[in-house]
Amino acid sequence: MEAFSDEAAKLTAELAGSTPARIGVGRCGTRPLTRTALQLRMDHAAAVDSVYGVVAPELLKEMGLFTVETLSGSKERYLRRPDLGRRLTDEGAALIREKCIMKPQVQVVVSDGLSAAATCANIRDVYPALLDSLAAYGLQTGTPFFVKNGRVACMDHIGEILQPDVLVMLIGERPGLVTAQSMSAYMGYRPRFGTLESDRNVISNIHARGTQPVEAGAHIGTMLAAMLEQKRSGTSLVL
Amino acid sequence: MNLKCQVRGRVFQFRDLRELMAKANEVKSGDQLAGIAAEDAAERIAAKMVLSELTLSDIREHPLLPPEQDEISRLIEEGVDEEVYGEIRNWSVAGLREKLLESSCDAAEFSRIGRGLTSEMIAAAAKVMSNLDLIQAGGKAEVITRCNTSIGQRGVLAGRAQPNHPSDDLAGIRASLYEALSYGIGDAVIGINPVIDTADSVKNVLSLTKEVMERWDIPTQNCVLAHITTQIRAIHQGAPADLIFQSLAGTEAGNKAFGIDAALLDEADALARSQKGRTGPNYWYFETGQGSELSSESHYGIDQVTLESRCYGLARRYNPFMVNTVVGFIGPEYLYDSKQVIRAGLEDHFMGKLHGLPMGVDVCYTNHMQADQNDMDNLAVLLAAAGVNFIIGVPMADDCMLNYQSTSYHDIATVRETLGLRPAPEFERWLERMELMQDGKLTKRAGNPALFVY
Repeated sequence: MEAFSDEAAKLTAELAGSTPARIGVGRCGTRPLTRTALQLRMDHAAAVDSVYGVVAPELLKEMGLFTVETLSGSKERYLRRPDLGRRLTDEGAALIREKCIMKPQVQVVVSDGLSAAATCANIRDVYPALLDSLAAYGLQTGTPFFVKNGRVACMDHIGEILQPDVLVMLIGERPGLVTAQSMSAYMGYRPRFGTLESDRNVISNIHARGTQPVEAGAHIGTMLAAMLEQKRSGTSLVL
Repeated sequence: MNLKCQVRGRVFQFRDLRELMAKANEVKSGDQLAGIAAEDAAERIAAKMVLSELTLSDIREHPLLPPEQDEISRLIEEGVDEEVYGEIRNWSVAGLREKLLESSCDAAEFSRIGRGLTSEMIAAAAKVMSNLDLIQAGGKAEVITRCNTSIGQRGVLAGRAQPNHPSDDLAGIRASLYEALSYGIGDAVIGINPVIDTADSVKNVLSLTKEVMERWDIPTQNCVLAHITTQIRAIHQGAPADLIFQSLAGTEAGNKAFGIDAALLDEADALARSQKGRTGPNYWYFETGQGSELSSESHYGIDQVTLESRCYGLARRYNPFMVNTVVGFIGPEYLYDSKQVIRAGLEDHFMGKLHGLPMGVDVCYTNHMQADQNDMDNLAVLLAAAGVNFIIGVPMADDCMLNYQSTSYHDIATVRETLGLRPAPEFERWLERMELMQDGKLTKRAGNPALFVY
């Protein structure tokens, strides 16, 4: 590595402190140093593993969630065909008809989405906080479940079947290198086929270094209560 | 127009030119998602065979999207040099490919032929070319453009410094820019993708980059990649923008989804030309990328290579300073893996250059694609071999604002040294004055961002 003066090193550290960008990293010739290069590869590896990861059955059992699948089948098909992730399989649809309370006030759904790691990292904090918040507002929740390989718009298919007043889907976001564990909560009033994206509300960036999972749980409860009171969601919801 | 062939005892019949063009593409997940891709490998090659025998006039006389229906089709038609077209209209697509690859076809001949072609003809040529064809033919063009400084000379590989910050923090942008400059990156443009799309914020970022350029007398240009209406407002408020940025789509409806049309581009073009203080005559920075029309449901069943080519047909109306195809940003439903991204990058570069455009490529991927940094190393070298005007420089390739990976400041410096390429001439002389480069190589002082602290 090329060596610079102590003063330059101090100034460089200050510059690096002003941004999460990977600067002041030095070089060997024109290439990055080994540790910097491998750190990038490790962060990417974590992001890739979270896309292809699975949520452990034990965790789902602990949370009291049974599992249904979308038409995606495999993770590869899920990535190639967003449309398939928007529909439950016939078996999945039959299972939620059989197991779930119909026409609940609040339906909670959890999905791995693009990051199983996001579900694993946050669900133990978000979900109980959400249930507490719903209880505090006196809202009745239906039977929660887990959707494997879900896309946000599978809310609409679930809405058609169970006819909830409001539905919240806790789903893993596309992983970045800063964190592979970021979750979003998508919410809608009476989601059905044909619901527009602008009819949904979202709280994104839920992870340990973003929106705190416990706070997010409480905030979701507040938004769902507002939707029920105003009988609408999306851009027209007044908060 | 013959749309049928028989190969190895199997008859391949294509319904129309639109279907033929789609099926003649190399495998792309976006064409599969749209339901227009070839059904198997043999059908793909059969489509290429049939397409290769069509004449250029067949393609022109069977518009995929009629000019009466679509503004971009009209602009592409208007952009054809009829004298050149008249000379080559009876060439087959195969003949066009072979002409471009002839040893006697030099830069002047290559660009003259390009002026007589529609975007659909250029896409057709790309479909019957191999990756190495695309590299060799694309490398024939020399498209030099000038705003404050010139880029695009043969033997030059320029870099965009992309010092983004997740909250547009000016100190953070400045720090990342210093890092770029210390590696000799920023000769194409200092361009920031903003988080906050307001005129005030855009003006602040433009003022910051202009201040650094003036403090160190850096021969380059600046840009903030906000929505065009925001940039126009910022410029009216006195923001110092050298280049105006806009993303383009290949259909009128696709551009509508971006909130633009030709009238708005014309308005911004007039504004850019009226601004003082730059040599010109090139003031635009455009971005494109295969798949954007499908994602906004404005594709009309036309394949993503042809639609990408149509973006270039629109771009050439405005004589841009730089055109950047952001090749791997869109995700795996359009380009599934590194093989598809590499192919798309080479296609886009070739098609842009044949349109006479100053093509650069954002060699990039997202974390849910089957690609990694090694694939970007490969594509960067392939494109540099093809004479790409510029690639993108991001600290360690990791864009902490847009959450994707591109090429790094280190990578651009490495590709230059490996292939004997240089920064843009005026910028290289500045690097020499700063004692950061000597004889085309970084000096011991390089890589130290603290040099620029003042």
